[in-house]
Amino acid sequence: MWTESALRIVWVYPDLLSTYGDRGNLLVLAHRAGQRGLPVQTVEVRSHQPVPTQGDIYLLAGGEDAPQARAARRLAADGGLRRAVDRGAVVFAVCAGYQILGRSFVAQGRECAGLDLLDVSSDRGASRAVGELAGEVDPTLGLPMLSGFENHGGRTHLGAQARPLARVVVGVGNDGETEGAWSGRLLGTYAHGPALARNPDLADLLLEWATGQRLAPLDDVWSSRLRAERLAAVGVAEVEIPGPRRPEQVSAWRSSSTTPRTRPAAGRRRWRAVRRSPA
Amino acid sequence: MVLVSATNGKTTTTRLTAAALGVLGPVASNTFGANMPAGHVSALAQAGPTPYAVLEVDEHYLPHVTAATKPRVIALLNLSRDQLDRAKEVALLAALWRETLREQRVHVVANADDPMVVWAASVVEDVCWVAAGQRWLDDSWVCPECGGGIRREGSPGGAVWECVTCGLRRPEPHWRLDGDTVVAPDGARHRIELRLPGRVNRANAAIALAVAAHFGVRPTDAVPRLAQIRSVAGRYTLVERDGRAIRLLLAKNPAGWLEAFEMADPTTTLLSINARAPDGFDTSWLYDVDFSPLRDRPVLITGERAFDLGVRLGVNGVPFTHVPSFADGVAATRGRRLEVIANYTAFQQIRAELDRVD
Repeated sequence: MWTESALRIVWVYPDLLSTYGDRGNLLVLAHRAGQRGLPVQTVEVRSHQPVPTQGDIYLLAGGEDAPQARAARRLAADGGLRRAVDRGAVVFAVCAGYQILGRSFVAQGRECAGLDLLDVSSDRGASRAVGELAGEVDPTLGLPMLSGFENHGGRTHLGAQARPLARVVVGVGNDGETEGAWSGRLLGTYAHGPALARNPDLADLLLEWATGQRLAPLDDVWSSRLRAERLAAVGVAEVEIPGPRRPEQVSAWRSSSTTPRTRPAAGRRRWRAVRRSPA
Repeated sequence: MVLVSATNGKTTTTRLTAAALGVLGPVASNTFGANMPAGHVSALAQAGPTPYAVLEVDEHYLPHVTAATKPRVIALLNLSRDQLDRAKEVALLAALWRETLREQRVHVVANADDPMVVWAASVVEDVCWVAAGQRWLDDSWVCPECGGGIRREGSPGGAVWECVTCGLRRPEPHWRLDGDTVVAPDGARHRIELRLPGRVNRANAAIALAVAAHFGVRPTDAVPRLAQIRSVAGRYTLVERDGRAIRLLLAKNPAGWLEAFEMADPTTTLLSINARAPDGFDTSWLYDVDFSPLRDRPVLITGERAFDLGVRLGVNGVPFTHVPSFADGVAATRGRRLEVIANYTAFQQIRAELDRVD
């Protein structure tokens, strides 16, 4: 089933968790890896199939209440995703999938157990959060502004073991203050659907986590135009902060080496949001 | 009174049904897509007293309009994801239809190939099932009755479906499509020659014939009337502009785009995308559409959300050229033919530039 040298991207339960163009994240990751000459293998695992444990990146997407609760039960019973995470696999989870990674979430009016892989828990907000979402990403990750579209009724509370992915500038995210969460190589967000299309640097971060390789920049002219247009539409611009760049630790390709490699001092760039009046 | 509702194809099917019922006498209809109560009132008032009416109904308004009009027939075509930042999710919409139909004494003409439609319609005793097809399957892998998995087999495209858990299954269709022939319940075969492109429009014609048959219209009388329709609310017809023959196709959601690619000729194609309120503010659906059928032709993109489309086509490996406007797209067309596929408000803007072609 697996090609040993390929980067293995697993989309978990597209039959249950797939709304709003969620396939986009799989397509974007495969496309960006392919452009770097990395061989890629994508696998879509339906909910009656076992989740393979040997994947490099796992994707969990959005879904309605009943399929969300079903997906959480199946994943807990299956155990494959947990074993993959124990191996050091990367997980990128969106909306309902993000909630499933946490300790608990609410679906169909009931509290449901999550997978307890990420130290968050979710409940219901007073109103549905729908619209553009923008946030300043945790500087540790060295990413430009998060830009996305959110559509969720849940609110998510972070425990001590999870860090917010971003500080909300526009929109609601977890609770109006923070958006998403990350811990180790698990990253969750309310930027739904094809979040990685608008955030190619985030896509590359996931690829770098999975491969341990520093990736060459790509010609991102269309996503740059899209990001600038979307951020301008909500009255936000971003500026790069000058100054020294931070070194970062990246573990080696598929954890085959036990010695983490330190990134060259060039590190990632740093960014800051600037409020502007809406265009 | 006939109501027609669906995610896709309701305007065209309303037009076809009104044409078929026209065999019997004057028919009032909102043939231009104004499918909420204000549009219904306006269409009925303008038509004056007529023995028949066919109304296209926005899928969210079916309960309200059913209560207000007490229709004799309701035709239900399909349900799929559409403008999800504002619309009800597909399963909720199917449940809304089901509650609407429960305890109604109405004849329902419904698509046997869409599990969501079948589940909604099956609370009615008197259902005429039409095998109208379903090209887009990604909103019906989970049974609306029990949450079990839906298994598909057979052709075309897994048309025979069944829930593996509760046994909800495709009903035996009374009407079906065989190529360009509609097969009636009595086995009679009616060849239909539409001026509207695509298999989906032949399926819409089958629904129209089934509805009209309930009122006693013989398919042989209705078929010639269906063939007279050249365009529906600006769609399908060829328009001349600056020496080019331009055809407009409307595609509002993933299922609609799949149908549009099937209808479009392999020639220069302009795609235009907006994200205003009627379109939905969220463009995520672009990633539910596989644009690879367009790799073999020159592609131009425009619209207020052209950059979203540009990123999508890049990921999809479809080369394209961005043009600032529809007029620039016409100017950039090298050959004589231009196909235009646009979502709702982008379509209306282009239609206005072509002097409101209808």
